Amino acid sequence: MKRVLVGTDDFDPGAELDALAVLGSGGIASFVGHVRGDGGLTSMTLEHYPAMTGVALNMLAEEAMSRWALDGVTLIHRVGRLEPGDRIVLVATAARHRASALEACAYLIDRLKTDAPFWKKEEFADGHAKWVEARPDDDLASEKWD
Amino acid sequence: MTRVTLLYFSAVREVIGFGEEVRDLPDTVLTSRDLMRWLSSFGEGYAQAFVTPDKLRCAIDQVMMPLDSPLREAKEIAYFPPVTGG
Repeated sequence: MKRVLVGTDDFDPGAELDALAVLGSGGIASFVGHVRGDGGLTSMTLEHYPAMTGVALNMLAEEAMSRWALDGVTLIHRVGRLEPGDRIVLVATAARHRASALEACAYLIDRLKTDAPFWKKEEFADGHAKWVEARPDDDLASEKWD
Repeated sequence: MTRVTLLYFSAVREVIGFGEEVRDLPDTVLTSRDLMRWLSSFGEGYAQAFVTPDKLRCAIDQVMMPLDSPLREAKEIAYFPPVTGG
């Protein structure tokens, strides 16, 4: 099962994990990313490249399914304006073996950060706004899966 | 002449002032890097957006490609800063 979703709506992590559980794999790993309210951040707006986002996320899901013995992959990424505490992203994998589920989940979030066309703009209480810059650590985390 | 749709995202879109345009590329523009250099001649916004090409990323027909990739028969070329999703 492959489920890839990009949109403004929130998602229900419990319902998403339940949807993977019915596959009967026995093992499910997940990562959920939330907006942090560091440094007086009041909101974060996620922009994306709609024609490419679906293609990039589907390619990532397929690559994970070819590298590990997975029964299911769910990738959900929100776009638009989000506030501290809001969910941004969910990666979940289902497999018969925990190592496959956990490794594939780590692979997917590491690669999503470098390969999927999303950009975050942060707005702060004092009125200033800035684009988040890509972190070299994220490139290293992604490259280790080459 | 090849007609392409050009897309700009994030800070590149803000500096250029809009997110999409269609242009006819001269035959001298062979790679993504050539295209950035050519676009830089169209005004201050473009020049500023493409001042350091290696700090930007490019997608050719929705696939991220190195800046020296040939454009060939590309229909849609997008420029943006390194991505920051997740």
